[in-house]
Amino acid sequence: MDLNLDAPHSMGTTIVGVTYDGGVVLGADSRTSTGMYVANRASDKITQLTDNVYLCRSGSAADSQVVSDYVRYFLHQHTIQSGQPATVKVAANLIRLLSYNNKNMLQTGLIVGGWDKYEGGKIYGVPLGGTILEQPFTIGGSGSSYLYGFFDQTWKEGMSKEEAEKLVVKAVSLAIARDGASGGVVRTVIINSEGVTRNFYPGDTLPLWHEELEPQNSLLDILSSTSPEPMST
Amino acid sequence: MNSIDATIAEKGLMSSEMGSERTLYPYVTGTSVIGIKYKDGILMAADMGGSYGSTLRYKSVERLKPIGKHSLIGASGEISDFQEILRYLDELILYDNMWDDGNSLGPKEVHNYLTRVMYNRRNKFNPLWNSLVLGGVKNGQKYLGTVSMIGVHFEDNHIATGFGNHLARPILRKEWHENLSFEDGVKLLEKCMRVLLYRDRSAVNKLQIAKITEEGVTISQPYSLKTFWGFSAFQNPTKGAEGSW
Repeated sequence: MDLNLDAPHSMGTTIVGVTYDGGVVLGADSRTSTGMYVANRASDKITQLTDNVYLCRSGSAADSQVVSDYVRYFLHQHTIQSGQPATVKVAANLIRLLSYNNKNMLQTGLIVGGWDKYEGGKIYGVPLGGTILEQPFTIGGSGSSYLYGFFDQTWKEGMSKEEAEKLVVKAVSLAIARDGASGGVVRTVIINSEGVTRNFYPGDTLPLWHEELEPQNSLLDILSSTSPEPMST
Repeated sequence: MNSIDATIAEKGLMSSEMGSERTLYPYVTGTSVIGIKYKDGILMAADMGGSYGSTLRYKSVERLKPIGKHSLIGASGEISDFQEILRYLDELILYDNMWDDGNSLGPKEVHNYLTRVMYNRRNKFNPLWNSLVLGGVKNGQKYLGTVSMIGVHFEDNHIATGFGNHLARPILRKEWHENLSFEDGVKLLEKCMRVLLYRDRSAVNKLQIAKITEEGVTISQPYSLKTFWGFSAFQNPTKGAEGSW
């Protein structure tokens, strides 16, 4: 099996963005692969653009990083010139401009999420090609294929912050279970009028799915726990 | 440039596609749009699907939009290119309004503008990957036309793009007539949309119908069509011929 360490860094990925009553929750896995090798098992795919707008990145790691760097730079200038925080719509449209005008060269699907005082919490999807679509929730990355049915069934309007975050963590965790290109930890970012909260859910805090077993330290622990002699402390 | 440099340059162009700017293939696409002339103006229908390859990824994409006072546009093909066309048209209408001379661009003029844009992009090998339907009424004159991604354009009493060309047109040829009422027009469009729903893999059951008359544009709220599956032949199609379909 060829590892192909020269393959471009791709983020495979599962990314999710969900609005709730009062803000948005963004979620992502943490695996970056180069061919079959996991180049980074703890990546942070939820990147800050401004204090109130964040970006979920998928596809080519390089392309998404450079797009986010340019947009962060433009938004910074825009904030200075306008004297107030940039709106989510402006950030999303800047992302769209770069994605659309360079559609032949870029291979990155992005989710823009944030909160501003005019529109509240908003999520914008910018898939391959540079289409921009404002949606109550959206999913992206290779792992998202496994989540369409899940969201069709489980999504509802007007969730609370806790419900929304639970949904996001469950979704990313389900995708990680089935998508080889997604893995590691689940990161979430919650953005609302009060500010931004980053959360981190390592594998052992996530629920177990079909055919997955409770992780153990060693076989020896299992063997000793099934023996009739009680363990000495 | 000597021959060695030329081949290296070509290879560079081929591998990174930096030199040529061309839209190679669409990503997020809309399927058929159908338009007909009726007694008071134009009726157009399109579903709200945005497919991503074979996945029915987006189900609330508005593919029918009003343009200025007198026109209505419907698009199939790459959605990002349609969004860009809407920006071009927005600028066109804005400049037209800025003249403030009492004149306004009618559907014929908008259609012509779009034809030029699409054809010129085609000549540069960088097409806007869309098939557009442009309809409208100005001073009592009804207009319905289409432009494709290669610049082919024409007007007719009924228009269809994509799968609609194959499935809707035969129905329209048979059942369209001059001075259709609004109700008959809507029923005719719904008949075509239902066939497309049965037979077009990229169709979604959520559509909008738009009407444009001298008074203005109305785009309906999204709605779904009932479908019929009650043929007796559908119940047990392989009985007596196990393994067939």
